[in-house]
Amino acid sequence: MAQLPKGETAPSDGLIPLVFDSSKNSFHAYVHIPYCLTRCGYCDFNTYTSTELGDTSQADYFELVLKEIDFSKSVLEKSGVPVRKLSSVFFGGGTPTLLPVQDLVSILKKLVEAFGIETGSEITTEANPDSVDQDYLKALKDAGFTRVSFGMQSAVPHVLKVLERTHKPENVSLNVQRAKGVGLQTSVDLIYGTPGESLADWRKSLEAAIAMDTDHISAYSLIVEPGTKLARQIKSGEVSSPDDALHADMYELAEELLTQAGFANYEVSNWAKTQDLESKHNVAYWESKDWWGYGPGAHSHVGGVRWWNVKHPAAYAERIHNEVSPALERELVDQENRHVEKVMLEARLAKGMDVSWLKDNGFGEAKALSELIADGLVDGKALIAGKLVLTLKGRLLADLVVRRLLGF
Amino acid sequence: MSPRATTRLEPAKTNPDFIRNFCIIAHIDHGKSTLADRMLQLTGVVDARSMRAQYLDRMDIERERGITIKSQAVRMPWELDGQTYALNMIDTPGHVDFTYEVSRSLAACEGAVLLVDAAQGIEAQTLANLYLALENDLTIIPVLNKIDLPAAQPEKYAEELAELIGGQPEDCLRVSGKTGVGVDALLDKIVRTIPHPVGDPNAPARAMIFDSVYDSYRGVVTYVRMVDGSLSNREKITMMSTKAVHELLEIGVSSPEPEPTKGLGVGEVGYLITGVKDVRQSKVGDTVTTAMKSATVALKGYSEPKPMVYSGIYPIDGSDYPILREALDKLKLSDASLVYEPETSVALGFGFRCGFLGLLHLEIITERLEREFGLDLIATAPSVIYEVTLDDKKEVTVTNPSEYPTGKISKVLEPMVRATILSPKDYVGAIMELCQGRRGSMVDMQYFGTDRVQLRYDMPLAEIVFDFFDHLKSKTQGYASLDYEENGLAEGDLVKVDILLQGEQVDAFSAIVHKDKAYAYGVMMTTKLRELIPRQQFEVPIQAAIGARIIARESIRAMRKDVLAKCYGGDISRKRKLLEKQKEGKKRMKMVGRVEVPQEAFIAALTTDAEKKGKKKGD
Repeated sequence: MAQLPKGETAPSDGLIPLVFDSSKNSFHAYVHIPYCLTRCGYCDFNTYTSTELGDTSQADYFELVLKEIDFSKSVLEKSGVPVRKLSSVFFGGGTPTLLPVQDLVSILKKLVEAFGIETGSEITTEANPDSVDQDYLKALKDAGFTRVSFGMQSAVPHVLKVLERTHKPENVSLNVQRAKGVGLQTSVDLIYGTPGESLADWRKSLEAAIAMDTDHISAYSLIVEPGTKLARQIKSGEVSSPDDALHADMYELAEELLTQAGFANYEVSNWAKTQDLESKHNVAYWESKDWWGYGPGAHSHVGGVRWWNVKHPAAYAERIHNEVSPALERELVDQENRHVEKVMLEARLAKGMDVSWLKDNGFGEAKALSELIADGLVDGKALIAGKLVLTLKGRLLADLVVRRLLGF
Repeated sequence: MSPRATTRLEPAKTNPDFIRNFCIIAHIDHGKSTLADRMLQLTGVVDARSMRAQYLDRMDIERERGITIKSQAVRMPWELDGQTYALNMIDTPGHVDFTYEVSRSLAACEGAVLLVDAAQGIEAQTLANLYLALENDLTIIPVLNKIDLPAAQPEKYAEELAELIGGQPEDCLRVSGKTGVGVDALLDKIVRTIPHPVGDPNAPARAMIFDSVYDSYRGVVTYVRMVDGSLSNREKITMMSTKAVHELLEIGVSSPEPEPTKGLGVGEVGYLITGVKDVRQSKVGDTVTTAMKSATVALKGYSEPKPMVYSGIYPIDGSDYPILREALDKLKLSDASLVYEPETSVALGFGFRCGFLGLLHLEIITERLEREFGLDLIATAPSVIYEVTLDDKKEVTVTNPSEYPTGKISKVLEPMVRATILSPKDYVGAIMELCQGRRGSMVDMQYFGTDRVQLRYDMPLAEIVFDFFDHLKSKTQGYASLDYEENGLAEGDLVKVDILLQGEQVDAFSAIVHKDKAYAYGVMMTTKLRELIPRQQFEVPIQAAIGARIIARESIRAMRKDVLAKCYGGDISRKRKLLEKQKEGKKRMKMVGRVEVPQEAFIAALTTDAEKKGKKKGD
């Protein structure tokens, strides 16, 4: 999320003008850790490699989050949102594991204190394979974390080099085994379509990930975001632009190998060994549940209101210190747009969408649906049975399918 | 001391002996408007405070492009040897498209200032207009402008001018419209050398219309030059070509703002307002007489404007069609040469087939439509008029390639022009190559001064309307100038090339081209479209065909991937906004069968490469 979206200015008190009653929705927390050791050439996330930014430092960053947690609780109460127990927590970045484990633990504790947590909730942190060790993972587990998601990206050195990933490939497997050893669920993130990466390279990465026997694998095609170093390198001709036909071949290979290895695809870019091992936190995003995003640049959604915090850690710190809402802008999503979002997000899910809902809300024109079947983009049998489910071809063209469903 | 006149001669009562009617002949950026501005200032009709650059160019486009589209007439007082004179300066359009208007302006004058850029020398357009001026027996005053420029070579070009019109190089005045140097001497010379007008004050009134302008407040303002007799306010007048009778609501002179007068007498130049709302009722070249005591013989030289180039003009947003219709109706009020009729295109929807005097005219009209009426438009590739005879002797006039008959064709006639190109001699080879490649045949070649050459070619107009000028400019580093005149019809070995997308013909891309160029056109268009049309989820063949015969083929590979890999909390708003943008973008998509073609692709495919480099501006 290189750029924040455009919205209306958020009020300094942070109060939420609920668009609809979401008290039946589950409630989730996202914590953004905006620090990395080095910035990777493809990355446009809100992250910083300097440990000192303005008056804020990486060492006391967690204290800002603790304050935002207090603030969030009071805002939710004042806005008339019933306090619900958390159903999942996700630490992302950046590199959350760049912070001392105690910082992550303090934040988690504070969240649980403030809201409580449902039993069996998924608590995940992203991790850089180089920045955790046995003790770190053990401490996470002891504090209640249930899941670690490693940024593996690739198993092939020349691909990692183009991505400017500095981690040692062997550390991924080592730390996955350690995490499993202490009883954490594991996931690895892969990237395909890196300039210079062949289909054979990609196969190696997939096979390496499968060999680790993780519970979950995410595979994202490389998106060359404007403003990144990689975008400049492509523009200058230093590296070649990834080809989308090769991307498609790579995606199909991922589906083939992962399915063979016992994974099932449950969202365009995500595969899990069993339904229980799907990322519940991410599913909550796709089902438009309520969540609060803590930290600079973090996005939140409560009852049809989406807002996002100021991007820079220094600006964020200033607001938190002044007890002003860190929200920069927001948007109130009306029903029409909520429907658009629902189609946009849920069409990507393997469990599919109810055709009756689509029809009731004006998205299920028979001609459009039959064309989608004819073009091989949605599963005809499932559709007749009442579910809109993308085929493999349809997953690769999911945005096109969404536009056709919406009539855009 | 300024030789500015202290009194002015009263219109309608001015002795023709003290009137001088003149125009300025100049190439497009040789500084005519700037010189005119300086004259306005020097004669005191415009004070320095209200002076703005190129005062006479009223329309924004004129000011921006530095060219004059509509001519105007200004009356200026000037004193010489104790006598006050009334000088009428008629500002003529400087472009090849407006030759007819130029010829009428010239007919209103006794003399012409031949204005040549002292750094560039004479250009083809200047020659063309000089020729017209000499045909009208005008007295020519040669003037070199921009002598303040470091690159000015006044000696060289004075000799060139002397060689061209006779006389001595010293006779050539040297001025700078920018600094004002020499402009007073020029005004003196106008008084001394240009003959005064001659006419019969007692004959029935005859006034020639040399311009007709629509003004949204006042209706049509008609500019006339009185030849015989006089016109007075509130008089009933007759247009001799149509016999239409109007009442004169106002008569006056421009100085340069309109100043109502009691009338106009022999030799005077001024304006008439009758309350008509449409310039077609007051046509350039027509003769105005009085209704009471009408003249029987009209002045010579009237002709109807004739479009040379046709193009389809379509609104990008189909719902703008009614606005486009209204806009054309409005422009028509001020431009009698614009013709149009409704047209539908499979690819572009509803629009109008418009006829223009030439390419500049086309550009100006589309630009005015976009600017003054807020329209986004697509103009199809310009086409000329073909006279097609079928085997069954049926004759068809084709102004739109998509209407080209499909039956057996026995003969196609296409309009020809005689093109005059003037250039430094170094570029002769490049120009010859270009003209030969455009089916030109050389008429003659003539050296001009020591290093300039005039080449004359007979060429099909069709070869000129599509990017010829751009190529000529780029092959000669901008030095060559071009003028052309109609030169009848000639039989051509022509074929229609169609472009098909997934088997569907895209009418906007059909072109009538010479048989030998069909393949090149087909390859050019199919290649261009392959680059311009985004991939669809299926493969899209692009073909060029003559009838059923495919002459070129490309294909757009199917799109296999259109999905954003990541779609998490922070991506949702952005992603939805992207969808909304795509929805907006879809409005700019035209469906050809099942193929979505962005408007931009049509525009880009219909634009020549040279045009995209940006349009030139004048001084």
